[in-house]
Formats: sequence, C-alpha cells, structure tokens
Amino acid sequence: MSAGLTPLQARNLIALMNQLVPGDELSPAAGDSGGADYVNGLLTAFDFDPPHIWAGGPFSGRHGGAASFENWIALAPWELVAWRSRIEDLNAQYHTGLDSLGAEFAEMPADAQTEAVAAASDGFRELVFTHACEALYGDPVYGGNRKMSGWLAIDYRGDSQPSGYSDQEVSAP
Amino acid sequence: MMHGAVDGVDADAIIIGSGPGGAAVAHALTQAGWSVILLEKGQNHLLSLQAPFAPLGHFSNDEIKFTQRHFLGPDPLLEPRTFRRSSEDGDRILTGEVNNLPSTLGGGGVHADGKLPRFREIDFQLLSELGPVEGADIADWPLSYADLEPYYAEAEKLVGVAGEETNPFAAWRSGPFPMPPGVDMFGAQISSAAAERAGLHPYRAPTGVNSVEYQGRPACNNCGFCAFYGCPIEAKGDPVSMLRAALATGRCQIIPLAYATEITTDPAKNRATGVRYLDLSAAPTAQGEAPVRELRSHHLVLAGGAFETPRLLLRNELGNSSGRVGQHLMFHFQTLVVGAVRERLWGASRGRSVTHLHDDHIDGDQASRAAAHAAGLPWIRGGIVEHGSSTGPVNEALLQGAGAHHPLAMRNSELRERLWVFTMQGEDLSQRTNRVDLDPTVRDAWGLAAGRVTYQPHQHELVTSNHVAPILEGVMRDSGAVWTAASTSPPVGDHAGTSPLGLAPATYHIMGTAKMGFDPLNSVVDPTGRLWDLPNVIIADSSVFPTSAGYGPTLTLVALATRAARLLTGNPLAQSQPT
Ligand SMILES: Cc1cc2nc3c(=O)[nH]c(=O)nc-3n(C[C@H](O)[C@H](O)[C@H](O)COP(=O)(O)OP(=O)(O)OC[C@H]3O[C@@H](n4cnc5c(N)ncnc54)[C@H](O)[C@@H]3O)c2cc1C
Ligand code: SF4
Repeated sequence: MSAGLTPLQARNLIALMNQLVPGDELSPAAGDSGGADYVNGLLTAFDFDPPHIWAGGPFSGRHGGAASFENWIALAPWELVAWRSRIEDLNAQYHTGLDSLGAEFAEMPADAQTEAVAAASDGFRELVFTHACEALYGDPVYGGNRKMSGWLAIDYRGDSQPSGYSDQEVSAP
Repeated sequence: MMHGAVDGVDADAIIIGSGPGGAAVAHALTQAGWSVILLEKGQNHLLSLQAPFAPLGHFSNDEIKFTQRHFLGPDPLLEPRTFRRSSEDGDRILTGEVNNLPSTLGGGGVHADGKLPRFREIDFQLLSELGPVEGADIADWPLSYADLEPYYAEAEKLVGVAGEETNPFAAWRSGPFPMPPGVDMFGAQISSAAAERAGLHPYRAPTGVNSVEYQGRPACNNCGFCAFYGCPIEAKGDPVSMLRAALATGRCQIIPLAYATEITTDPAKNRATGVRYLDLSAAPTAQGEAPVRELRSHHLVLAGGAFETPRLLLRNELGNSSGRVGQHLMFHFQTLVVGAVRERLWGASRGRSVTHLHDDHIDGDQASRAAAHAAGLPWIRGGIVEHGSSTGPVNEALLQGAGAHHPLAMRNSELRERLWVFTMQGEDLSQRTNRVDLDPTVRDAWGLAAGRVTYQPHQHELVTSNHVAPILEGVMRDSGAVWTAASTSPPVGDHAGTSPLGLAPATYHIMGTAKMGFDPLNSVVDPTGRLWDLPNVIIADSSVFPTSAGYGPTLTLVALATRAARLLTGNPLAQSQPT
C-alpha cells in the first residue's frame, strides 16, 4: 500500500474534517486549516530521516531563541519498529475509510455528506476527529493549524518559550 | 570504562531505572565514592552524557509530541500493560496504556509538575494511631518521620524545592525550604480565597520547580506547559539535578535503551551477581530480537517504579518468599471536581499546573468522622487537594466532541481557559488483592509477560470521596463556577465506562508492590530497603511504601532511596531537630 494520500483522498479528507470540526465566521474548519497536510505528514513521516514524528526543541523561534522545531528528533531502533507499524496501519485505515466514503464525497451536498459520515465506521470517524483536533490546535510544524489560524481563533499563543510569561501575567487577570 | 571497577565486576552497583528513585541512589552512591552503572530502558532526551552534561534541547512546548505521540514512552505497541478490576472481569478488560509513567531518562520526574510535599508523622504510624480497618492492611512503617526527616531535608535540597511554612497541618522541619514559593496562579488565588471562606487552609504547594536561579538552573518562566511536559529551560530539578551531580563525579555511567530483564544470582540465590539486559540501542536482529548484554556488580538497586519493579521480580521469581511481591498495590483514589467560571483564568496556558494545595481532608473533622461511622468505618482519610488548571487546546478539542458546536465551544473554552480543577489525591488503603502480576498471555515486543493491574477501591476510598466531593463543589461554586461536576478516577458507578480518564486509575502515584516491614513473612524489603531474600539488592522506589498517605509519593521515595543508599555505604545522616 502506498504511503500518503492521493490528491482526491486529500480533498475528501478535508471535506470530512470540515464536517467533524467545522468552522464558523470566526474560526477555521480543521480541514481548511491544513488538516489533510497534517495527516499526510504523519502518513509519510518515514520519507524523511529522522522521520517526521517528534518535532525538535527547545524553541520555535517565534518568542526568541533559535528556531529548532524543524530539527526532528531521531527515534530509537525499536521506536522505529513501533512507529513503522503504527503508520502502516494508519495508511490502511485512511485508504479504506476514505474509499468507503465514495470518490465524490467532497462534491456531495451537505445532507449526503452527513449521511455518508454517519455510515462510516465509528473507528474511522474517531480517528479522523482526533487528527482534526490535533491538526487544528497542534503546532503548525506538523502541517495543520495553518498560519496559526486555529490558535488565533481561540486567542491562544501556543508555545511561549524562551520568553514565557511574567509573574504579573500569571497572577493577574 | 568505569572508574573503580575491580574484583571482576563492572561497577560497585547497578541501578535499574533512572527516575527520581534511581537518580537519588546514583547521587548518594557516587558521592560516597562508589562506581555505578544506571540502566534505563527508555531514550535519553534529558541531558548530554558528556561533560558539562548540557540539556539536549529535545523538550519543547509541543502538545502533539508529548500528549499524542508517546514521546517519553513507553510506547504501548512495544510495552502493553493490562488492567482488570477483579478476577470477575476475566483476564483483563484493557490492553495498552495503563498508568504509564514515562519510560525515559529521568522517568516520571521529567514530566511531573513536581508538587513535593512531605508526609506527616501520623502517616508512618497509621495502625498505632488509628487502628485497623476491616478488609484492608493498615500498617506502621518500620521507620518514623523523625528517622526520615534528615533525608527529606536532603531531598529538598538535591531536587530544589520551593515552598513556605504556612501549612498548619505540615510536619515539623529541621530547616527552611531551599527556595521561596513560585508565583500564584490567578485561578488559585480565587479558589484559595473561597477555600478559606469555607474554613479550609490552602497554602502554596512545595514544588520541585525553581522560583529563583538554583544550582545553575534558571527560575521557571511560567511557560504553561508543565505537567506532562519536559521543561525546556531546566527549571524543574527532578531528577536532572541528581543525575548531573552523579555524572560529574566521573563514577556514574548511564546506559539508556538498556532494558534489564534478568537478575543473575549465585547458585543458592542468596545474592544477586548482576543483570542481563536487552540492548534496545541496537537494531533488531534478523530474528526480530534485541541483543542481550550482561553486567556484574556487588550490589543491585531496583528503581523501575512500583509497576516495573514487581514485574521484574515476579518474572525472575526472586525476592518473593513472602508471596507479597506485586500485592498491596496502592494508587491515590482521585476525586475530581471541575467547574467553569465566567472569566478567563489563563490557568491552562500560563504558569505551572498547580500552585496551591489544601490538606484539611486528610485528618478530617467531626463531619468526616460521622460519615465514617455512618458507613461502618472506624475512620476515613482523604488527601491533598490540588488547586489547578486543565490541559492544552488539542486535548480540550477532543473533549468537546465532533459537531457544529465545536468552534464556539473552543472559543468559550469552558473545558480549558475557564475551567478550574480540584483533584484530591485520596489515601488508598492497602489490600492484598490489589496487585501487579504477570498477564497470562499478553507479551511485550520482546516476548516478556506484560504487567497486569488488578485493582478496585476499598469502601473507605468511596466513602471519603463521597464525603469530600460536595465540600469541594461548594468551594468551586463560591469561586464563581457557573457549573460544577464531580467524578473519580478510577470511575465508579453506572457511568464508569464513559469516563474521559478511562477505566483504570489515572493517577501517576503508584505504591506498595514490594512493601517494607519488620517481618520477612509479610513484607518484601527490610526497614533499610534491602530485599529480605537477597540482601545485596535494594529497592529504591515507591514499591516499598506500606501505606499510601494522602500526599504525592515522590519526595518520600527520594528521601527513602537516599536513606537506603546512605545506609548501604555506611554514611547515614545525623538525627535532626525541629527549628
Ligand atoms: C504528569 C505527572 C504529574 C505528576 N505529579 C506529581 C506530583 O505533583 N507529585 C508527586 O509526588 N508525584 C507526581 N508524579 C509522580 C512521579 O512522577 C512519580 O512518583 C515518580 O516519577 C516515581 O519515581 P520512580 O523513580 O519510583 O519511578 P519512575 O519515575 O517511574 O522511573 C522508573 C524508570 O525506570 C525505568 N525502568 C523500569 N523498568 C526498567 C527495566 N527493567 N530496565 C531499565 N529501566 C527500567 C523506566 O523506564 C523509568 O524511566 C507525577 C507524574 C506524572 C506523570
Ligand atoms: S512552567 Fe516553569 S517549570 Fe514548568 S515547564 Fe514551564 S518553565 Fe519549566
């Protein structure tokens, strides 16, 4: 099985994520904010060395310090075994799950999409919902939360090191 | 090459596990001139093993890596654990993550937010002071608070604990805290004021986080990613400070990715001679195995934590002439009261995770005694209540559930920025039937039997929780909560299956599985922490606790580990006096 999503699968996944974690006038939907890129990043993590599973540290560079999240951290040999197997399994789940929605899912009218989502397996829906949440509110280095749109919508700064917060910012409203 | 390695051994002592317990022993033994090898089955994300032992810089404010992708291990695909409430559940009801403390250099100390209170005098003498409870094994410890006080003081200095002496229930101290307390969270000021109005006595939590620069590590800058995260700036001292000091002696070799599986002994099984371990730093062989390596030492220290230490002993069929290894498993029975207030508290995004505690429910009052008697119990004891915040936005988003409500719910953030949480770490009575044993069929990636938890609370925990929860809900409402909800971990009752914290206990406080006592017939280690059956083996984690007390276990286990190591080297601390 090939790793990663085809463009058609990615389009359908975006539509599915938008159903599960939708947006409104103030917040982006998970799919529109890079959700499929997040999932694709995980499904193709082993195209890179080290694999793109654990972003580096200590700082993103957004609040000072040298930007280092792109320095992905190496996995130990047995961690590679576990993650290869996990990602193989995820690839299979995504291919099967997205295929079951139908190739035209993204083009379907909203009602038909809702029906197709309801007909999907609980496990697949749960998986996509989890990844939609991770994508929208996790660090942008993983491919989602495009331009920090997820964080901006909830007025969340995300990582704060190395500047952190002053005592005043912690103890006052 | 090890320093001081003579007599055909590789080191004076081999320590299995690099959490707070193993680190404390590594520190104490190397200070006394011993050579040690520290084996850790997890990866090293903590510090360079070359002088000057600088941080590796792997820790970051990253919710994905730490909470969603098993960064600190153990990976449940490699090391599954299983859980059941009793044998009526069959062999298990859960396989995967059960109470997984990190498996990484530094163990659980790395991502704990480190509230480090001491136990009190009575905690060491519960049987004498309060008497037995039917169906539970209430015991006195084979040492007193006074015996441990000098080691508590040393542990606080080693780790670097910030605190102040304002808790009216605290035990006596021989000296002040090494640092003043850190800054109060906004939410904790509100909840503490409400607690005081209810007649309770909140105080600033003693915490292993620097409030000022300490031993070359900086003060905490309140980054907001504390519990469940490694500290990117090393403001948390546990256990990096002890590991670095041990390394600096030149007498400590740390081997990460070394999974100790076998304790070697003399033919009569009277002494341990060393360990065999799986070298997880090597690629799997063609047969899918890990190479086995062997090391020899005069002494062995088991510090794999109260889950892995009994698992290792049971697999090796050692140390168990009492039949108690793995038994008397205790957690803290958690009572969680949450509430959402109107204003933004910032608690989930700024500062440490918990800045205030109150202890009032440990001894209780007339009302708690009445609740005990009404339930037919001689007494009940709760635990510290942590005044704290919740979690990051990914985890809030998961809790909110899928659907059209999601964007607005996230902006309102009733489950994060406006949420406040009281967690009571309730004393859990020791029961022989609660245990860690070897799962009959589930195996880890190397073919070794997985550890299995069998656990259900005693009536004492349920009665205590039912008594305290409404008090905490009242305080939460008086703090301005527009709604409150109470639950427990492990969950009980009809809704057990739907608890977001899962069916197994969610607390990371694990104790009792190789308990310490006066009598080899009913305990696993002697009063100095040595295995009765193999006296050159000491246990240096919370397995040895005879009772759980209502306080986080870590400072006590570091103090006990330091004491055991100092007694081993003939270097005990002098008795101390109250100041
Ligand atoms: C989020 C969080 C918050 C916490 N907050 C607090 C708190 O506020 N206060 C408090 O008191 N406690 C707290 N704790 C609990 C605290 O982390 C533990 O009590 C403490 O880490 C236990 O120390 P230990 O040395 O006994 O074992 P551990 O920290 O569990 O370390 C054991 C180490 O041994 C290794 N190991 C095990 N078996 C083997 C083997 N066979 N071979 C090689 N290595 C092995 C493991 O990989 C692990 O790294 C918290 C924990 C968490 C996760
Ligand atoms: S809150 Fe402080 S101690 Fe905790 S991780 Fe951030 S800087 Fe470190």
